[in-house]
Amino acid sequence: MCLKAKDISFRYAKHQSWIVQNLNFCVEQGTCVGLSAPSGAGKSTLAMLLAGYLTPVEGEILLNEKPLSKKGICPVQLIYQHPEQTVNPRWRLRKVLEESGQISEELLAALGIESAWLGRFPQELSGGELQRFCVARALMSGAPFLICDEISTMLDAITQAQIWHVVCDEAKKRNMGIVVITHNYHLARHLCSQIYDLHKIQNTEKI
Amino acid sequence: MDNKQNPPILEVDNLSISFQMYDGRFDQKALQIISELNIKIYAGEILAIAGSSGSGKSLLASAILGILPNNATVTGKMCYNGQMLTPKLQKRLRGTEIALVPQSVDFLDPLMQVGTQADGHKKPFPTQKRRRFFQRFGLPSGIEKCYPFQLSGGMARRVLVSTALIADAQLIIADEPTPGMGLEQALDTLKMFREMADDKKAVILITHDIDLAFAVADRIAVFYAGTIVETANAHDFQIGPVALRHPYSKALWRALPQNEFESIAGVQPYAGNLPKGCLFAPRCKCKTPRCMQESPPLRMLRGGEVRCFCAK
Amino acid sequence: MKKLRQWLFHWQQWKTPLLPMKRLNVRTKAFALTVILFSLIVTIYGVGILIPQKAVATDFAHAKQPPSWQHLFGTDNLGRDILVRTLKGMSVSVTIGIVASCISAVIGILIGIAAAVGSRFWDSVINWLIDLIMGIPHTVFIILISFALGRGLKGLLAGIAATHWASLARLIRGEVLQLRNQHYITVSRRLGKSGSWILIHHMLPHLVPQFLVGLILMFPHAILHEASISFLGYGLPPEQPAVGIILAESMTYLSAGMWWMAVFPGLVLVLIVWLIDQLGENLRRVIDPFHAQE
Repeated sequence: MCLKAKDISFRYAKHQSWIVQNLNFCVEQGTCVGLSAPSGAGKSTLAMLLAGYLTPVEGEILLNEKPLSKKGICPVQLIYQHPEQTVNPRWRLRKVLEESGQISEELLAALGIESAWLGRFPQELSGGELQRFCVARALMSGAPFLICDEISTMLDAITQAQIWHVVCDEAKKRNMGIVVITHNYHLARHLCSQIYDLHKIQNTEKI
Repeated sequence: MDNKQNPPILEVDNLSISFQMYDGRFDQKALQIISELNIKIYAGEILAIAGSSGSGKSLLASAILGILPNNATVTGKMCYNGQMLTPKLQKRLRGTEIALVPQSVDFLDPLMQVGTQADGHKKPFPTQKRRRFFQRFGLPSGIEKCYPFQLSGGMARRVLVSTALIADAQLIIADEPTPGMGLEQALDTLKMFREMADDKKAVILITHDIDLAFAVADRIAVFYAGTIVETANAHDFQIGPVALRHPYSKALWRALPQNEFESIAGVQPYAGNLPKGCLFAPRCKCKTPRCMQESPPLRMLRGGEVRCFCAK
Repeated sequence: MKKLRQWLFHWQQWKTPLLPMKRLNVRTKAFALTVILFSLIVTIYGVGILIPQKAVATDFAHAKQPPSWQHLFGTDNLGRDILVRTLKGMSVSVTIGIVASCISAVIGILIGIAAAVGSRFWDSVINWLIDLIMGIPHTVFIILISFALGRGLKGLLAGIAATHWASLARLIRGEVLQLRNQHYITVSRRLGKSGSWILIHHMLPHLVPQFLVGLILMFPHAILHEASISFLGYGLPPEQPAVGIILAESMTYLSAGMWWMAVFPGLVLVLIVWLIDQLGENLRRVIDPFHAQE
């Protein structure tokens, strides 16, 4: 199975300039690829396109040569940079986890999520702790593809290593495809088998 | 460094900050966010304060400037050039002697042209100077008539940095000045801070990005669970765990992707459930029964400062 | 001038927490006040309902008496005790206020959500309607509707209910629109949750506090409008002892020097409205735990 962006272009409105143009990109299941580009080059937009948050104006996103379905749990899950924006401030964290389907105790333990945290509200936890919940939620949804948009940028190095170890182990176990978007060159080198420059995969026929 | 013979420009001694927070709907309790924090900064250097975001580093900046919210309680002592920092003195110094480069570009007044905004209000004719700075930062001259929403994130950030420079402050506190910038831009910005420091000013660089911290700073203070566990020369971080003092700094070094990318178990304790004794003890490999009981005092070690009983 | 500004500032600071209770935190204070205000309003309301019709029987022997210990508010031209009549009238007005605001608030939340989640066409239709209703003076609008429906209780209720939902609807619409673009809602959609599931689980917890506070802050408006429309003679029939009716009757005798017939019922009306307003303000502080950590 592979997740493929075929000739996609995107802009928010007709009179605006293209954010992403004629981009071709492909991730195989079981691989981890990195995307790098200077800020403002459309990395986050691409992440949202791949995960189906936005629909490309031209071209299409194909999973196994078929377009992404709009219904049900999306097989491509996205984790954002700012975890505090992706959990409902009026929910206890147990509910945040339950939203993804079944809870895997094993995964929670691996991520270092303590059971006492489940009864708390998001504003009582730090960003690093919340990001573990967001990672858990995305992994527990069972999606075969994961887009990680700068997920460890705001965390300290130890938490970063902790979270990535869990993501990589889980990916290996379940043969997942992972897209790592990061400006941290060392991190990308460490995680990914291949790193693409966003500028180089646009306006080209094939990668 | 030779300038350490001079007295520090800012000395923070045993600073603790706690907040009255609601616990549930009606009960309030005090949450200690910063505990027994010590820093010293000298003219002509950059001190980086490195720690994960959301751990309360920004509060340190607010405490120095005296702009904490009303529900905060502060204990400890802060001295600026040997003078006790009282609220009155803070009010006089901020914006003139002490300047802040805030974390977010939302700190710009959306209804004011950025040129006027950068000029500030304390000095009569800073416009010439501001033009010079804008030029140096690669901001086109037309931009001074723009409103913040017309600027890109990177530009707005450069406006913020120049605002602090125009004030001609002796102490500059930069709170996460680089996110949203590309690597080159970030290094460029940091280079400006370097130039300021070389110009005999003191810069406190609050950042979560430890790579950038040791690219530019002279000394690095490692912030953990609301306190500074170690202050080391930036050089020590280039050497690695052998030169570092605190087990947390060593773990931090090992966790970097360019090093071993190795994590340790556990999480940073958060305000409200801080452990008794050493804050790092629950995750520490070399802890002793004593570490669980009492909080280690700050001590000098190999040209740096460390809060650990076991560090040698 | 400076003194005055200072004084105003201090007054502003103390205005909402009613009494300077130093040791309790703001939320506990607000909660205590909410309970006190609520019981006060319920008491006044209960007394008004429980007073038997007999107590307001005409008694020409004691007509037109100024306030005394026997009749605290004095008596009217037919010898009825004004205190008793006012309490009774107040309970009628409060009932109408509650019913009308409830209807109005439900209309408000439904229309607000409809505007936010519906098509762009319906959103602009609803916005136009909101502008229309907020643009026309309420009193004129209520008189029109009440008159068209043949006055009386039905007309008055319909009039008040039809005019008061607009501001709440606008508030709810804005809130839903803002919520819709929150990352946690978009994430929820990608986790396969349906629109109605998101509305109930994600959005309602944000909307309920707005709804409750909006509802309570609507009471005073509804009560005042009821009183004024009845006063003008387009609302309740004259035999109903509503506050508006009492005030209208008193106008005839005001020139004869019977000031108590207008002043006391008027003061009670203002007091009740103020109490309910305070209740709403305090409830807002208790209900919204994500308010600043005061």
